[in-house]
Amino acid sequence: MALLSKKDTNLILDPLADNNPITIQVLGICSALAITAELKASVVMALSVIFVLGVGNVVISFMRNMIPNKIRIIVQLIVVATLVIIVDQVLKAFAYELSKTLSVFVGLIITNCIIMGRFEAFALGNGPWKAFLDGIGNALGYGVILIIVGFFRELLGSGTLFGFKVLGDPVTKTGLYATGYENNGFMIIPPAALIVVGIIIWLQRSKNRALIEEN
Amino acid sequence: MALNTEKNMYTVVFACIMVIVVGSLLAYLAMGLKPRIEENERFEKQQNILYAMGVNENEGEGSVNFIPTTEVESVFTQFITEQLVISGGEITKDDEAYLIDMKKQLDALKRGNPARLPVFIGEKDGKKYHIIPMYGKGLWDAIWGFVALDDQLIVQGIYFDHKQETPGLGANIKMRYFMDDFIGEQILDGERYVGIAVVKGNNDPLNNIKDDNEVDALAGATITGNGVSAMIRESVNLYRNYFESIRSN
Repeated sequence: MALLSKKDTNLILDPLADNNPITIQVLGICSALAITAELKASVVMALSVIFVLGVGNVVISFMRNMIPNKIRIIVQLIVVATLVIIVDQVLKAFAYELSKTLSVFVGLIITNCIIMGRFEAFALGNGPWKAFLDGIGNALGYGVILIIVGFFRELLGSGTLFGFKVLGDPVTKTGLYATGYENNGFMIIPPAALIVVGIIIWLQRSKNRALIEEN
Repeated sequence: MALNTEKNMYTVVFACIMVIVVGSLLAYLAMGLKPRIEENERFEKQQNILYAMGVNENEGEGSVNFIPTTEVESVFTQFITEQLVISGGEITKDDEAYLIDMKKQLDALKRGNPARLPVFIGEKDGKKYHIIPMYGKGLWDAIWGFVALDDQLIVQGIYFDHKQETPGLGANIKMRYFMDDFIGEQILDGERYVGIAVVKGNNDPLNNIKDDNEVDALAGATITGNGVSAMIRESVNLYRNYFESIRSN
């Protein structure tokens, strides 16, 4: 027996491409703008969201028949907030350095619309295993875009990747900078992320015309 | 399940149970982890103070490397020879001065109450360092740090940290290349306590000019940079009397 049925595989693969939370559903743009100025932050944010969305979807799915409809949004918020606080506290106690790098993201994770969106749209109506796969899939789809945007913004804006100077030194003019190349300061401010995401959306839709909306 | 989840009573009971479960879970977790977290914070402060006076494990250029947490306590007592607290006009010794929360002291000053301002005296290779804490505002939240000065108020080392400045922009104040720029800069301009301003376009990106009270700013982090300038200026001014006394000696 295969570990994942075809349907299950689609739960993970769909959000990576044709049903991507950022480029197709246009959710989670806020954090995509805020933290993609460097690649490392993008990767850390992607990992945090994978954890929170994966576990959160399972928790909500287990409680789906008990949650009163009237206060379901509040319950969802509590679940996300609790998970995030637990992660933050455990990291502070056992991996203090890492927790300092992550603390910026904690607030952003709670406000990430993808998380609430998946709780609402999927976890409330499906079993825990499916909800888990859906959570991981969507978080991966989100993470992939984050990493692509972070890659281009850090490379073109600062000339570095993960903090390493891959294009030479802009101050002492070595490597590419010796030829007169300059970093594009525009890339490190948030609007640049919108342009990069826009280009990804354009490329994706021109490759797969079925994704283009009617109007 | 034959539960009627639409009833008001059910909603109220569910909400109550949820609050109790989540509340006790988080409270239990916080209580259990508190000693470890406090210890980590204590080590961090010691690491930061030592970092400012140049006691760290930095190699060449690159990243910030502290004294490891396993050794920091003994290294701290080895290099920090005295911890002083300035309160009113009086200076007293206090071996736990490094635990003083600068935010609380500044709040007290704002309300007109007396504050307890810590100074750490460090000694390395026969040289004496006066290390003072700094606390200020960045773009989103608090920024803080420590600066180590010699008798003439020339910066020997500096450390910055922040609560939640933007990664890649304002958060870069804790990068080596930014902090190292401050070394050798002067706090004084003649007799005035001007501090060190973080400025754009001072035509000195390599920071070779050390007597201009300026360092080159970070791109895309103007407000955080202004926060750093204000923090340094305000912090050294708090210690003005102390510095005057060491300069006249």
